[in-house]
Amino acid sequence: MTATVPPKAPTFLGLPTAPRGVGHLRGDQSFPDAARGALRDGQLRANLGHATSTIRGKRARVVAEVPDWEQLRAAGKALKAATMARLDEHLEELERQVTARGGVVHWARDANEANEIVTRLVLATGAPEVVKVKSMATQEIGLNEALEAAGLDVFETDLAELIVQLGEDQPSHILVPAIHKNRAEIRAIFARTIPGVDPGLTDDPRRLAMAARQHLRERFLRARVAVSGANFAVAETGTLTVVESEGNGRMCLTLPETLITVMGIEKVVPTWRDLEVFLQLLPRSSTGERMNPYTSTWAGVTPGDGPQEFHLVLLDNGRTAVLADEVGREALHCIRCSACLNVCPVYERTGGHSYGSVYPGPIGAILSPQLTGVEDNASLPYASSLCGACFEVCPVAIDIPSILVHLRAEHVEAQQKPTAEGVAFAALARAMSHPRLWHLAQRAAGLGRLVSRGRPTLPNALPPPVSGWTRSRDLPTPPARTFVQQWTEEHGK
Amino acid sequence: MTAREEVLGRIRTALGSERTTPAEVARDYAQVHPVTGPELLDLLVDRVEDYRAAVLRCAPADVPATVRAALDQALGAGWAAGDVVVAPGLAQEWRPEGCDVDDDRPAVQLADRAASVTAVAVAIAETGTLVLDGSPACGRRALSLLPDCLVCVVTADQVVGSVPEGLARLDPLRPLTMVSGPSATSDIELQRVEGVHGPRTLVVVLVQPPRVGG
Repeated sequence: MTATVPPKAPTFLGLPTAPRGVGHLRGDQSFPDAARGALRDGQLRANLGHATSTIRGKRARVVAEVPDWEQLRAAGKALKAATMARLDEHLEELERQVTARGGVVHWARDANEANEIVTRLVLATGAPEVVKVKSMATQEIGLNEALEAAGLDVFETDLAELIVQLGEDQPSHILVPAIHKNRAEIRAIFARTIPGVDPGLTDDPRRLAMAARQHLRERFLRARVAVSGANFAVAETGTLTVVESEGNGRMCLTLPETLITVMGIEKVVPTWRDLEVFLQLLPRSSTGERMNPYTSTWAGVTPGDGPQEFHLVLLDNGRTAVLADEVGREALHCIRCSACLNVCPVYERTGGHSYGSVYPGPIGAILSPQLTGVEDNASLPYASSLCGACFEVCPVAIDIPSILVHLRAEHVEAQQKPTAEGVAFAALARAMSHPRLWHLAQRAAGLGRLVSRGRPTLPNALPPPVSGWTRSRDLPTPPARTFVQQWTEEHGK
Repeated sequence: MTAREEVLGRIRTALGSERTTPAEVARDYAQVHPVTGPELLDLLVDRVEDYRAAVLRCAPADVPATVRAALDQALGAGWAAGDVVVAPGLAQEWRPEGCDVDDDRPAVQLADRAASVTAVAVAIAETGTLVLDGSPACGRRALSLLPDCLVCVVTADQVVGSVPEGLARLDPLRPLTMVSGPSATSDIELQRVEGVHGPRTLVVVLVQPPRVGG
């Protein structure tokens, strides 16, 4: 490590979190600051509102037709919990099985190490470019930037990732990373960036998809190296799984000579049979389909069929620090379906970029701060109204609201200096435990009516530190008489 | 310390020395689909058609004619036998006359063909999913990927009801491809568009047993 690298954040049990200065887990701004711009963008809110309501409807329909949905959810939760409890053993078994079938397993402590491994493997093939299957793990570690820095061309092949890459944008959703763009904006990106694109290209989604097909076809056919993520990896058989829709994943997993898969260590499942649960939960929760168009599975190398060289990179990058937190570790159960984003009233209004991490929405609000250490994403545990809609739809029943509260507490306890909020709540606690003080305080609060001038809420231009609260919340005008005063008048002492 | 030892060590630290034994996972969800018999085939047809794929049903004796009809439907009546490539292990009598049989040519050359014909290993009715397992009858993975039209012949005994029933019949060591309708995307305004990189047309030939006593 050089002196320019910022010091690693202090962690739970001393386990390192995801390093600073690499990857996409931290934003430049706090959530409320980043969200302010998004909330003023009418086009963005219209695009998000349309897209999230569409997919909510689709999901609800296909989930409703499964009579044993709750049993599947409970099984998914239990399987994940059981896997985490023996995570080391399952990873060792996975390594044995993948190796036995001709694959090579690499271990990466963090994003830097994973990027170094993949870059070295690609350079060793002599190929000048790589094709990529959409993968959250490689987005998380900033792999594209690392490969480009080594002089390699990187082609994202998922339609939405392609839109993001060509638009020099950032993904804003786990499943549909270009959800913030509408068809007209996508047409404009394609017209500007795809060489030789039909000048008469319209914004019909079918025409846009065909333009992407044409653009990528030749790249698939000449590709020598592909990089993918993995949805699941079966320890007992060494079987990797990629779930997708377009066939770009199959192209990457099938045609090149070399396949490199980067997988978070939490993606392992113990047995083949476990997939019978997750392959029912994931598609219905994710795209709102009974089954996604294509699921590919492979175990090591198959002579005469697909890549003859296979590398599996097992990535930690803060996951073990998450595992160390007995409450927070449930965030590792996530199967990246994105149902929680689509139902979240906060996500629907702010969009994914406000979260500053590749993992946006409710799951991002509990995962990103744990991967980086809560001090590096301190505003995210508060980016929620705690309404609980995310918990309701989560296919593995992650109790996101409880973990949000847990992380808020962790953040508050980690403060060195007293905060205005902390002082206010300490004063409130004292007042509420002394009846005389409480009554005085209530009467004093009644003075707030003087600044409200008859309106139902107080003006949001109150002086600091109160402005920190009222900037994003309405403070109701105090009533003329307190509850206790009314009660006393009507019922006597 | 190697990265392997360090990551495994971190996991052990995180889990602590007194690990709880994981609770037994209750698999009280449905293992089998309640529908059976001819209704099971109807369910498969309904679910496959819902993905905007076509299904042609036929008796065992009519498979060759139905495969030709499927190709007529997908490619137009003027297709040539050389446009079509079939899996090397596809039953001889199911193959269109004069068609190309896949061999060990470079996989990318399959992109020149208009259509491929394969068998399947399993079909899952509830989700309308066909599973190809890389066996000679299903062909290698590129065969069902590169030509723009895929015709799959499914026999009634290969149809199961549920996802658990389907996975139980499969070998996880083979390269598997689960196909549910044609290639599709919903990346633009969540509007489904069929046909991106995989085959844009999927036709299923469903071979039904002759009706007993009928």
